[in-house]
Amino acid sequence: MIPEPLRQKLELRVAGATTNREAAVDIMKELQRHYGWLTDEALEEASQLLGLSPVQVEELATFYEMIYRRPVGRHVVHVCDSISCWALGSETLLESLAHLLGIEPGSTTADGAVTLLPCSCLGNCGEAPCIMVGEKQYGRMTPQAGAQVIAALRGATEQPHTPEEGSNF
Amino acid sequence: MEQILLKHTAPGQCLSFDEYRSVGGFGAVANALGTMTPAEVQQNVIDSGLRGRGGAGFPTGKKWSFVPRDLPGPRYLICNCDEMEPGTYKDRVLLERNPHLLVEGIILASYALGVHHAFIFVRYGYEQGAENLKQSIAAAERSGLLGKNILGSGFNLDLDVHQSAGRYICGEETALINALEGKRATPRAKPPFPAIKGLWGQPTVVNNVETLANIPAIINGGPLWWKNAAATPEAAGTKLFCVSGHVASSGCFELPLGMTLGGIIDGPCGGMRPGSRFKACIPGGASTPYFTARHRDVPMDFDPVAKAGSRLGTGGIIVFDQNTCMVAVTLNLIRFFARESCGWCTPCREGLPFVRHTLERIESGRGEIRDIDILREHVQMLNYAFCALAPGAMGPVDGLLKHFEEELLEHITAHRCPFTKAHKALERTEQQPCRS
Ligand SMILES: Cc1cc2nc3c(=O)[nH]c(=O)nc-3n(C[C@H](O)[C@H](O)[C@H](O)COP(=O)(O)O)c2cc1C
Ligand code: SF4
Ligand code: FES
Repeated sequence: MIPEPLRQKLELRVAGATTNREAAVDIMKELQRHYGWLTDEALEEASQLLGLSPVQVEELATFYEMIYRRPVGRHVVHVCDSISCWALGSETLLESLAHLLGIEPGSTTADGAVTLLPCSCLGNCGEAPCIMVGEKQYGRMTPQAGAQVIAALRGATEQPHTPEEGSNF
Repeated sequence: MEQILLKHTAPGQCLSFDEYRSVGGFGAVANALGTMTPAEVQQNVIDSGLRGRGGAGFPTGKKWSFVPRDLPGPRYLICNCDEMEPGTYKDRVLLERNPHLLVEGIILASYALGVHHAFIFVRYGYEQGAENLKQSIAAAERSGLLGKNILGSGFNLDLDVHQSAGRYICGEETALINALEGKRATPRAKPPFPAIKGLWGQPTVVNNVETLANIPAIINGGPLWWKNAAATPEAAGTKLFCVSGHVASSGCFELPLGMTLGGIIDGPCGGMRPGSRFKACIPGGASTPYFTARHRDVPMDFDPVAKAGSRLGTGGIIVFDQNTCMVAVTLNLIRFFARESCGWCTPCREGLPFVRHTLERIESGRGEIRDIDILREHVQMLNYAFCALAPGAMGPVDGLLKHFEEELLEHITAHRCPFTKAHKALERTEQQPCRS
C-alpha cells in the first residue's frame, strides 16, 4: 500500500492530464520510486489510479527499459553497450564490473545492494564509455573509475566484494 | 564561425532565464506576436530553407503548411527530444546549455501553427535537461511569455514536459504520439499523417529540438541571414554535429551545414587520437551507412551526403580507427536495433534477430560465403517493414556490404575475426580531460 500523501499526489497528476492514461509513465515511475521496482501490488495501484485494467498497465510497463517488473537491488548500475561506448571499451568495463560484483550482467548481488544491467545509448556518447546509476550519469569510465563508483554506492558500511586471487584488477 | 544555437553558452553551464533575456532572448516572440501574422512567421521558416534536424531532413515550413487550419478542435505541436539513436547527443547539449532557446522556438512555432497546447517529449537519462526546461517554462509563465494572452497579443499557449521511460521507437513520430497518449508505443499507419490526424486524433506537428531551437534566429536575423550561415550556397543554417569514437576531442560542435567531413574531424575534433588512423565513420547516427576515407571531402549537408550513399541523419558522427572490426561494429548496431524493435511487424521482429545471428556467426569465425547473400537480401527485404526503424537498422549492414565486403570475406575464409586483440589495446585506460 502506498502512503496517503503519495496517493493524493498521484491522483492530482492523473487529474491534471488531458486523458487519464497520459499520466501512465509518470505514475509507474513514481510507484517504482516508492517500491524500488514495479511490484504486482504497484501494478494494481497504477491500474486503479489510471482507470485501466492491470493488463493494460502491464503492456506499458513491459515496454519501457527503465520500468523494472522484477526485483532489483538498492542501486541499479546501467552500463551503456551501444556503439560509441563499445568503441571505447564498454565490453571490458561491463566484464570488469560483473567480476568485481561477482555476478553476471542482469543479476543482483546476494546482499541486494547492486543490480548490474547493460542498457541502450544514454545520450552521452561524447563521454563514452558511460554508466548510469539511478538518474546520475558518469562518463569516461574505466574499470578503475567504475569500481570507485560502486565502492561509493556501497558506502562505508557495505564491504565491497573482493575479487578472487589472480584477477587483473 | 557563426554560432546560432550555442551562442552565449559555455560547456557545463546552463544559461539562466535572465541571462537569456539580457542577450535579447524572447525578442523574436515579442517581434512576431507584435508585428507579424502567423502566416508571415511560417513564410520566414519556408524562406530560410530550414530542414528537420531529427533525422529525415524534411523541410520544416513545408511540414507546417500541411496542417489544415479549418478543422474543428485543437491542434498540437510536439517537440521530439527522445534522442535515443546511438551516437546522438546534440539535443541534450542544447537543453543543458540553453533550454530557453527551445521554449522560445516552441512559442514561435505554436503561434505560426495556431497551436495552444504543446508538449516536449524527453527521454529518460535527460533528467537535468527536463528540469532545465521545467524551470524555463515556469519563468516564461511568470513573465507572461506562456499561458493566457501572451504579451497582450491575445495568443494563448500551454507547454508541458513529458518524461519517457526509455525505448528508441518512441522517437518515431507516430509511436511518440501513442507514447504521449499513454499507449504502447508502436507506430501508427500513415496516412493519415500526424499533420492531419495525430495526437488524440487532431492535427499535430512533430519537430525535433534542434529544428525548433533555430526558429528564434530565423525571425531575429531574417531567413536569408540564417540560411547564409551555412558553408555552401545549397545548404541552410548551422548544424550541431555531435562527434564520438576514436577522435582526439569528442564533443558537440555547432558548425556551418555543408562543412566537409574531413574538415570536421581535423578541425574541431583535433584529428584522430594518438595511435589512431581514420578507417570509417557513421555520418549521422546509428542508422546511417558508413563513410570511409574516400568520403572525406563530402559536404556534410542533406543532399550531398545522400548522393554519396548515406544520410546526414541526426549529425551524430561516430569515428572508427584502423583497429576496429567493421563486422563487430555492425553486429553491435544490429544488436541495438533488434533489441529496440517494437515487435509490431514480422519483417523487423523476425528479420533483425536473424541478421544478428548471421553477423554473430561471421564474427565468431563460423560464417559461410552464402551468409553474404543472406545479408544482402535482408537489406532489400527490410525496406518492407511497417516503419523506418528496420530499413534504418539495415543502413550499417548496407554500408558493410558496400565498403567492407573484403573484411567480411576475410572473417569467413580465415574462420576468425582478424581484429579482436588490436581493438582491445586502444580502449580507454585512463581518465581523459573533458572537452564538451
Ligand atoms: C525509429 C525512429 C526513431 C526516431 N527517433 C527520433 C528522435 O529521437 N528524435 C527526433 O527528433 N526524431 C526522431 N525520429 C524522426 C521522427 O520520426 C520525425 O521525423 C522527427 O521528429 C521530425 O522532426 P524534424 O522534422 O524537425 O526533423 C525517429 C524516427 C524513427 C523511424
Ligand atoms: S519496423 Fe520494427 S519498430 Fe517499426 S513497426 Fe515494425 S517491428 Fe516495430
Ligand atoms: S553509445 Fe553509450 S552513451 Fe551513446
